[in-house]
Amino acid sequence: MKHRAFFWFILPTLAAMTLFIALPIVSVFVQSLYVQHEQVLVISENCGPFGCKQSTSVDIAATEKLREEAPLGQFNGFGTYSNRSHLAFAEVGAAWATSDTIDAFWDEVVNLPFYGALTFTLTYTAAVTPLVLLLGLAIAIGVNSLPSILKGPSIFVSLLPFLVTPLVGSLILFWMVDSDGVIGAIIQLIFDDPNLSLKASAALTWTMLILYGVWHTLPFSFIVFYAGLQTVPLETLEAAQVDGATKWQRTIYVVVPHLVPLISFVTLMLLMDNFRVFEPIVSFSAEAHARSLSWIIFNDLRESGNPLYGSAGATSMLTILGVVFLLTPVLIRTWRDFKGAGR
Amino acid sequence: MFLKKLVIAGAALCLMKSAAFAADCGPSGQSIRILASDFPAIHAVAGTAEENCSAGASEFTRNHTTEARQIMNAALTPNPSEYTSVIVANSTLTQLMNDGLVRPLNDLVEKHGSHLPKNLMITIDGNIMAVAFMANSQHLFSRKDVLAKAGVNEIPGTYNEMITAAKAIREAGIMEHPIVMNMKTGWNVGESFNLVFLAHGGEFFKAGTAEPSVNSAAGVAALNTLRELVEYAHPDHLTQASNETQAIWEAGEAALGIMWGSRGAPILDDEGSSAEVTSNTVLSSAPSVEPGGIPGATLWWDGFTISKNVSDAEAEATFAALASALNSDMVAAHNDEAVWLLDGFKPGAAAAGVSATAQGGAAPYPMLPQIGLLHNALGSELSDFLKGEESAEKALADVEAAYVTAAKEAGFLQ
Repeated sequence: MKHRAFFWFILPTLAAMTLFIALPIVSVFVQSLYVQHEQVLVISENCGPFGCKQSTSVDIAATEKLREEAPLGQFNGFGTYSNRSHLAFAEVGAAWATSDTIDAFWDEVVNLPFYGALTFTLTYTAAVTPLVLLLGLAIAIGVNSLPSILKGPSIFVSLLPFLVTPLVGSLILFWMVDSDGVIGAIIQLIFDDPNLSLKASAALTWTMLILYGVWHTLPFSFIVFYAGLQTVPLETLEAAQVDGATKWQRTIYVVVPHLVPLISFVTLMLLMDNFRVFEPIVSFSAEAHARSLSWIIFNDLRESGNPLYGSAGATSMLTILGVVFLLTPVLIRTWRDFKGAGR
Repeated sequence: MFLKKLVIAGAALCLMKSAAFAADCGPSGQSIRILASDFPAIHAVAGTAEENCSAGASEFTRNHTTEARQIMNAALTPNPSEYTSVIVANSTLTQLMNDGLVRPLNDLVEKHGSHLPKNLMITIDGNIMAVAFMANSQHLFSRKDVLAKAGVNEIPGTYNEMITAAKAIREAGIMEHPIVMNMKTGWNVGESFNLVFLAHGGEFFKAGTAEPSVNSAAGVAALNTLRELVEYAHPDHLTQASNETQAIWEAGEAALGIMWGSRGAPILDDEGSSAEVTSNTVLSSAPSVEPGGIPGATLWWDGFTISKNVSDAEAEATFAALASALNSDMVAAHNDEAVWLLDGFKPGAAAAGVSATAQGGAAPYPMLPQIGLLHNALGSELSDFLKGEESAEKALADVEAAYVTAAKEAGFLQ
């Protein structure tokens, strides 16, 4: 394609991406560098049905004046990034200085909101991604070798978890694992412990969230691999068969290499998806045991009645950095494949 | 027969019309738009206002949503704003006032609110910012039959009595987890701490400043009381909020509960539970630390505000419509749906707990601009202590550190 033609071809996409992806990220970044103005507090008498009390309130006129002078707030540079809610350099340093063992140091660090959430987010990503890749491939190969009359129904059934809205799916599972629910009650029966609760233990909550994540995203990798399997060249398979390769050898040496570009693609998508895990934490009410980076953003924006835009912006930027960091190896691999194919 | 029906219908119509004419609705032809949360008492007030005054208004809309708190600041910021009134509570009024989105009502009260009791005016520095109409608070729910079976003959009045009673019930083999409380991580667990903290005489901030003071003797004592209580609560308590605790209570699986007064009426009614539970449920004051001490509860009011960014005529019409709903007829029609602060309210069984708690001298939920940030910090940092992974002092130090970080960003601390 000529450069000129290519430019006009790509222009609408480029414009949309700038408008809807690049500019919002820049805006979030800029906001993360600012904190709100000093709130001018005044002491006044405050009366209601339960009596009168001296208390503080915000002096609207004075605060408004500050806001008009500088609508973005006070410039704070990277102060928000380094505070206790984010990278917490001072706190981590203090923990290093005061703790005697690595264990004690680690306890202190994961007690900080950002590192605690990062630990869960990374564990979740590291557990769900490979499981979904392997199981998705296995199911796709299994369904592909079914007689054609069974293929349609089994594809439909395998896709079902994907059709359920995440919030609803996890809420249903949450009720099932309740100690009065069917799964919770059965587990109590099996272990003969009426006090066993999936929701009260951090390890079991993490396991539950990871299993839910696998259940919910499996159909995505399954359907992509299943589509890929339809393009495996029959001649190569037959040639391998003639050479005496077993079914297992054919899968490992013919089918999987053929699917490698798809595996890279699915890995990319899964890493991005899993790194921003959020809905199951809310619907499982798992905040006591598991918090993710996205949950911190949600909490900053929603729960205090006074949205902390700077803090949420900083966590967003750190999340983006985390995704980029995770994706780099896969992207490098894809780039090499692309260069290899061009040669 | 047909004629008779017609006459009755006509008469009824006339009556309704005369009622509408009787209400003072302020300037006519205005647009009235109300944002409110979604429970029966709020529907009663806003609905009565609509019946009284929608005929004279060009538009009368009500948006009842549990998300009211989340959207109200954004909805009231533009000029003209999306709503002419928001129905708020203690904590949500400060959220609107922090951004200067509601107007003082002194002149409107003079013009259209002469029938309203003076103590319902939420007055800040002489400016009336809201008009309250109902009260709510947490208090104790007890099952007198279960207590009697365990040999406890009096309804517990203090936390220690409550814990002793729970122990007796467990040891009698009646229930393993007799206590229910709203302990869900987040707002609820923060609020549960507030109750016990206030009962222990705690102060949230150093007087006149936004410096936190929860990491104090009262804070540690409150956390220890809380842990003794949840020792007798279901292991899932960190996931339970009002809907869950009400369901556990109605299923007859708990005998001592600290729940919202507004759950009293739904628990005592004949829906969702057995007669054994409803007939034996007693509502009483929230427990205190010492006999006769401050009840461990926060008093709440619900009331209406008028937006700043609307025309004066719309503001007046909205105020008049809502004020017209606050009368003894509305209270009589909806007596058991709330603890009304209005004339004509006859406290029933469902209101006993809130009344006793208020009379015992419980503190109102603090109306401070920075309380939301502290409440959020409590909600997210206390679960480590309740899981038994942290000492009380460490948990409270974490709360203060999290609050200070947020308060610096919000401009309350420098």
